Amino acid sequence: MSQDSAAQEPKVGLFVTCLVDLFRPSVGFAAVKLLEDAGCRVEVPRAQTCCGQPAYNSGDRRDAAAIARQTIAAFEGFDHVVAPSGSCAAMIKEHYPALLKDDPDWQGRAERLSARVHELVSFLADVLKVDSVAAAFPARATYHDSCSGLRELKIRAQPRRLLASVEGLELAELPEGEACCGFGGTFCVKYPEISNEMVSAKVANIESTEAELLLAGDLGCLMNMSGKLKRNGSKVQARHVAEVLAGDRDTPAIGEGREG
Amino acid sequence: MQSTSHAFPDNARAAVKNPQLKKALNHVKAGFIDKRAKAAAKLPEFEDLRDAARDIKNHTLAHLDLYLEAYEARITEQGGHVHWCGTAAEARDKILEICRAAGAKTVTKGKSMIAEEIALNDHLEANGIEPIETDLGEYIIQLRKEPPSHIIAPAVHLTKDQIEADFRDHHDHLPAERNLEEPAALVAEARGILRERYVQADVGITGANFLIAENGASVIVTNEGNGDLTQTLPKVHIVVASLEKVVPTLEDVSVILRVLARSATGQEFSSYTTFSTGPRRAGDLDGPEEYHVVLLDNGRSGMLGTEYQDALRCIRCGACMNHCPVYHAIGGHAYGWVYPGPIGAVLTPSLIGVEEAGHLPNASSFCGRCEAVCPMRIPLPKMMRHWREREFERHLTPLPLRAGLGVWAFFARRPALYHLFAGLKTRALGALGRRRGRFRKLPLAGGWTAHRDLPAPQGPTFQQLWAERKRDGQGRPAASA
Ligand code: SF4
Repeated sequence: MSQDSAAQEPKVGLFVTCLVDLFRPSVGFAAVKLLEDAGCRVEVPRAQTCCGQPAYNSGDRRDAAAIARQTIAAFEGFDHVVAPSGSCAAMIKEHYPALLKDDPDWQGRAERLSARVHELVSFLADVLKVDSVAAAFPARATYHDSCSGLRELKIRAQPRRLLASVEGLELAELPEGEACCGFGGTFCVKYPEISNEMVSAKVANIESTEAELLLAGDLGCLMNMSGKLKRNGSKVQARHVAEVLAGDRDTPAIGEGREG
Repeated sequence: MQSTSHAFPDNARAAVKNPQLKKALNHVKAGFIDKRAKAAAKLPEFEDLRDAARDIKNHTLAHLDLYLEAYEARITEQGGHVHWCGTAAEARDKILEICRAAGAKTVTKGKSMIAEEIALNDHLEANGIEPIETDLGEYIIQLRKEPPSHIIAPAVHLTKDQIEADFRDHHDHLPAERNLEEPAALVAEARGILRERYVQADVGITGANFLIAENGASVIVTNEGNGDLTQTLPKVHIVVASLEKVVPTLEDVSVILRVLARSATGQEFSSYTTFSTGPRRAGDLDGPEEYHVVLLDNGRSGMLGTEYQDALRCIRCGACMNHCPVYHAIGGHAYGWVYPGPIGAVLTPSLIGVEEAGHLPNASSFCGRCEAVCPMRIPLPKMMRHWREREFERHLTPLPLRAGLGVWAFFARRPALYHLFAGLKTRALGALGRRRGRFRKLPLAGGWTAHRDLPAPQGPTFQQLWAERKRDGQGRPAASA
């Protein structure tokens, strides 16, 4: 690679998200592969932890703001910041500026990060203009639009467009596609019965598509839905959309071990 | 109305176990969502109208005192009376006083959430006056002695079979073998019974969807036409409304009406839009002899200038609850007070206190669908978050949650420690769960594992694997190794 092309490679900071870091690193590696294949230079700052939503959504503004400042500082100096999660990307994009609006030292920095942060699939499709991937994944799949991505970041067409290029993948639309899966971060453990009703309705819709594979762009929602599918004894497998786009067929599906 | 909002978790648990409620609530999803979407899609300027409607209300709220005074002046000119009531108690006493002065034994009522808010029926009954609900849904829940479970469809929590059983119980003067199979038969039966009552009533009480400052008109929209008979037949007409119902002009109302019915039921317009401006004038063919407007504050003026002011734009269309997955799961009664769903979660703590109603703004997954459909663009999730912040500041957040958050935030604010502990913990959990890939039970995760399995971590964290990759050059480690 010549010096020139290295200089043109966009420098991307990967915001791993705490759930991917802890539960499913394969999503992070799939994201790295997709970004590198699209010509980005990817780095992963170690000074990142979580986007702060658990604190922010529980009313703890002080901790949320501290985490926001830490994240902002960790990701300065990148051309783009990319997260394999609509929810975390929306937190940084939409809510950091609101959270720090009264802090003169940080407000501008929050807004500058906000302008550069993207959810992974929409970044590939909208910014890098990727319209197909070189991956094969023979399966009948359905796609769940996670709430933040769908409503705060308007992500709907992008994953469908890229998934259409995956060889062998057939996509069935999920009925009641705009309904929440019932995850909602701490919501699902604070109000487990309500969350259970929501995820039960969601998995019934998933089963109705006769898909063998459930995809989504947020690991929290996926863990919720796959946890329910498994508890019901369903055969439907769940994976993060990035893994399929990256053609990772070796990693066991979410909630499946070596013995399935 | 007596609140049970503090018992929200118990209410919700009971609701999800109620099979009839579940059956009835399916109608909310099936009956409202598609219709609204179609109505909105059919009108190219729908999104612009939402902006215009929001702006009208924002302008009004910024000059609320002015428009209310103008409204009162018009009403007075037109021979009516405006009664300013600070609290629910003042409002119900004022209404009782007007009814007594009219020598009323029975009053007919159009649908009014404010009447629910001030618990008007109980108050009238306790004082020997019989209130008769004329809206079909309200009539049904009055028979059952229940509060409404939805702001535009008060009996939406009931199945047709339940309603049929109630009618057979209460209308025992009718032949037992009559056929009530079809919903239309139920409507016809209620109509027949109500028709007699309209003429007996001495006072008619209606709510108001809008109060128009420029001409003193009060506007109600209905699909049954019951409001018209309620307000024209009796000698006395009382309008009971909260003060944020005022809008400057008729033109403004026509803008908001274009988003109201579409958002509520997916109709282009409600079947009846009825205006009343005062008592019968010389030469009028009908109309009441006396016209009163009971204007209720009950905490609303305290919301002005706060982060909750935007909630006063609400036009009570019900779209937020129609699209709310929490409402779909538990229905309206679980919320414990007058207003259910997302708007209830914001309004209830404002009106009866966050100590009583603190659960409501917490019981949301922040899916944002309410805000996406609210015709007045009220940022409902944001306001629920504000309530959580008020609770957190005042240490009203439940202790286990607060403690858990504290530990988590301690680590989340210290990346080096965070990665060290995350690495140790996921390795251990990963080793434990590797074979099956998930847990059916795990200490401290009962809220999760009561209803679903918990996927096990793959093993090391991403950060650990990434560091290895860096160390080994570009070699990519197998993630599940
Ligand atoms: S908050 Fe919005 S959607 Fe909900 S009832 Fe009010 S106007 Fe309708």
